Amino acid sequence: MKTIKTIGLIIFFIGLAIFSALPILGNYQLKAPIFKELIAEKNIKSAIFIKNLEDKTFNKTFNGMQSLSPVIAEIITNANKYHIKNKEWSKKIYTKTSDMSALIGKKSAIGFIPNNKGLMWFLTFGLGIIGALLFILPNVILLGKKGIKNNGVYHESATNRGWIGWLVFFFLVSFYIVLYFGSEYATNWTFLVDPISKFLSGNPAGHWFVYGFMYCVIMSVMAIRMYIKYRHNMYQVFRTTSVLFFQIVFAFIIPEIMVRLQMPYYDFKNAFPLDYDFFFQWNLKDLLASGGIGLFILIWGIVLTLVIVPIMVYFFGKRWYCSWVCGCGGLAETLGDPYRQHSSKSLFSWKVERYLIHGVLVFAVVMTGLTLFSFFAETGTVLGLKVSSIQTTYSLLIGSIFAGVIGTGFYPIFGNRVWCRFGCPLAAYLGFVQRFKSRFRITTNGGQCISCGNCSTYCEQGIDVRAYAQKGENIVRSSCVGCGVCSAVCPRGVLKLENGPEDGRINPTEILLGNDIDLMDLLNKK
Amino acid sequence: MEHIVIIGNGIAGITAARHIRKNSDKKITIISTETDYFFSRTALMYVYMGHMKFEHTQPYESFFWKKNRLELKKGFVNHINTDTKTLEFLSGEHFSYDKLIIATGSKPNKFGWPGQDLNGAIGMYHKQDLEKLEELAPDNKTCKRAVIVGGGLIGIELAEMLRSRKIPVTFLVREASFWNGVLPKGESTLINEHILDHHIDLRLSTNLKEIVSDKNGNVKSVIIEETGEEILCNVVGLTAGVKPNIDFLKPSNIEIGRGVKVNRFLETNIPDVYAIGDCAEQHKPIGNRRAIEAVWYTGRMMGETLAQTICGNKTEYKPGHWFNSAKFLDIEYQTYGWVFSERHKNEDEHHFHWRHSSENICITIAYNKNSKLFLGINTFGIRMRHEIFNKWLTEKRNMDYIMTYLKDANFDPEFYKHYENEILKAYNLEFETAILPVKKSWKRIFSKA
Repeated sequence: MKTIKTIGLIIFFIGLAIFSALPILGNYQLKAPIFKELIAEKNIKSAIFIKNLEDKTFNKTFNGMQSLSPVIAEIITNANKYHIKNKEWSKKIYTKTSDMSALIGKKSAIGFIPNNKGLMWFLTFGLGIIGALLFILPNVILLGKKGIKNNGVYHESATNRGWIGWLVFFFLVSFYIVLYFGSEYATNWTFLVDPISKFLSGNPAGHWFVYGFMYCVIMSVMAIRMYIKYRHNMYQVFRTTSVLFFQIVFAFIIPEIMVRLQMPYYDFKNAFPLDYDFFFQWNLKDLLASGGIGLFILIWGIVLTLVIVPIMVYFFGKRWYCSWVCGCGGLAETLGDPYRQHSSKSLFSWKVERYLIHGVLVFAVVMTGLTLFSFFAETGTVLGLKVSSIQTTYSLLIGSIFAGVIGTGFYPIFGNRVWCRFGCPLAAYLGFVQRFKSRFRITTNGGQCISCGNCSTYCEQGIDVRAYAQKGENIVRSSCVGCGVCSAVCPRGVLKLENGPEDGRINPTEILLGNDIDLMDLLNKK
Repeated sequence: MEHIVIIGNGIAGITAARHIRKNSDKKITIISTETDYFFSRTALMYVYMGHMKFEHTQPYESFFWKKNRLELKKGFVNHINTDTKTLEFLSGEHFSYDKLIIATGSKPNKFGWPGQDLNGAIGMYHKQDLEKLEELAPDNKTCKRAVIVGGGLIGIELAEMLRSRKIPVTFLVREASFWNGVLPKGESTLINEHILDHHIDLRLSTNLKEIVSDKNGNVKSVIIEETGEEILCNVVGLTAGVKPNIDFLKPSNIEIGRGVKVNRFLETNIPDVYAIGDCAEQHKPIGNRRAIEAVWYTGRMMGETLAQTICGNKTEYKPGHWFNSAKFLDIEYQTYGWVFSERHKNEDEHHFHWRHSSENICITIAYNKNSKLFLGINTFGIRMRHEIFNKWLTEKRNMDYIMTYLKDANFDPEFYKHYENEILKAYNLEFETAILPVKKSWKRIFSKA
């Protein structure tokens, strides 16, 4: 069994190594037909750009994106310099360097990688999946009888912020930086999944398709790990199945099929304000121009946020979204599960959390307000603020850096819910409802708590669960995503996630159940 | 300002301190020689197993103590002079108090086995025991086998700890079945089987004769009393129960028996000196309880009660209905009310026992055979609601009522399989009744007794 695991690990690393090397491999050769296609597609009017591109790249072979991308960057910069000087705004190239390089790369790649997509998929994704499964599946036997499987979590380098943890951190952060800020380097990855993308939407894959596909693959593989680890706990089994279903069907397949049907790309479960650009001008215009389905999406999006989300939170707590439906939550609960113990439980972190998450919510709401005002007033600036720069700032700081690079990249260091806990504006909104108007609570079982601390340690949201449980109080916290792990790891059966009457949901106690009945009555009455 | 001094920073002492602070402005000092801060003793096992780090066992952040003006003092109290109200430390330091709370907890029993103090023979109670174990048994290369002596809760926890590092364990249990002085037969059997399932070499009806030393004073092996068999091992866990940790009181005027003798107000024979938690011994046991209750919950309850007295609301220690819990490897155990083992139950106590055909799940309900009055329940592998059983005990419900409304009591996580119907079926068969199950009702759950 151990041997199978080791072999799996080796296979996984071979796949990972090939995948990691792809961004700097491959050859690119620009030829006339590709070139014409590009000019037409991007509606390029800059003669300088065209000329320079012809001079510097025509019939040349570039080895790796790292040699092509700087050339294109230089060409764009030179062209734009000239056009800006002459105020020829219509000729200026507005496409970002990495997008332009990615586009050119995609069209001009030659050689082994674009010609052997299936094989390359197998050597990366295929080996990764096989290796990971060989590593994970023996746990059915190795983990022994069903029960809590946290032995050695704090002895392992990977799960105790050791060098493996830091290595994973470094890899994840680099991956997200490429994804958000250097998409041209993802060009080779897009070839791997082209056949799948063509099958679903009819289009070749872009780097976001790579991300979406990878997301589903990683979640599926790590969900198998969850099923094995928590096979005694039906709540975890159901919940994992649910997040996996919503990711694969709602976030991945349906939007792609909609594109094939000439409909707007839309993830029906992605609620505003997590879906922060839902009310951006381009999206509204796009939806309004898409006929019936566009209008339906628009109404659905508004109803989802204003009606469905709060009503569901009232009945089930915010868990119905955060740990049963949401994609971010889904990754956190599968890929992130080995790191859940790293969320800080200190009072200081709680304070930071409240400022940050509510700050982001305010930011998102104000931005959307300004956006809508500018949309209806048909102006680019509101109160002297340029709406598009606010949107760009949000997209960069919150959408890319916070949610992506920090949110997922920091899993091995700050735990698996960094984004959900500190940044997600939807979580903040759901949290208000959960805290003030909901039937959901984690019930503390009378006086049974022994303050052992398993619940707090494994709370991914950094809630000091024990602080409530040892006082006999139910846990009613806005940040709780209802993952159910506190209840699972409790050795004394103290915690239960449940939906019940609002009366008695919050139950401060002075003296715990089990002591003198008269004294309890006297002191707990307050 | 009155100075309250508490010796011991365990659950009893810390609970008392917290509640005194809630209700007063008195000066409070907590003395410990074990650790700087309060930690959950019951969680030490999880540190060795790698579920947690030691700091995770500390329920309060370090700012808590200063913020609540709870002064912490590290030191070993050697003697208490009750005439001058002075504590004498091993270091020679003197310290005065106005009111003194003794909450020094327990220490492992040793029954004079030859070799019981050898290097490698340890208890599992203090933080220092954990550190020692980490040194003696970091892995199964250093510790090739461990022998555990004494089949109680600490023994089985120590076995689980060692098994988490794949160290072979031999478990010597004096009784014919695990913990059968407390558990009825069916449950004790279930746990025996579960211990074997975890590849622990369980030896029932087996006593330790002696621990054999190698030439360096380390544990080399143990000899079994009954068979004379020698078992080679590197660690011997001595877990045959605990006793009050009160040796330092012997020269003082404070009356001691096995523990510090206290009345129902937790007062000792000396005015302004109190004792709570594991180290306190009631002159007369309360109800079915033992005179010395070495349980987390009772330590906490005594702390809650004594704090009232110290703050002017003189309160008797009147624990409510008995409850307790534990975990035997993978099997959770809860108990509400009294269920006695065959060895200790009186003739009016009868049991209804149900065990799942394949899973490690069972319950035992004790009742009075004449009146069918519900006395208590042991549950293994099913979580039950404390409030509900507490209420049923107060309301003096009978067996038929318990069986009818059993669904109200279930506390298992959502989507778990429920067994109430199966249990009821077995009950109806055994008692020739035709009770129908009633659906769970929030209204009943929240109604007060």
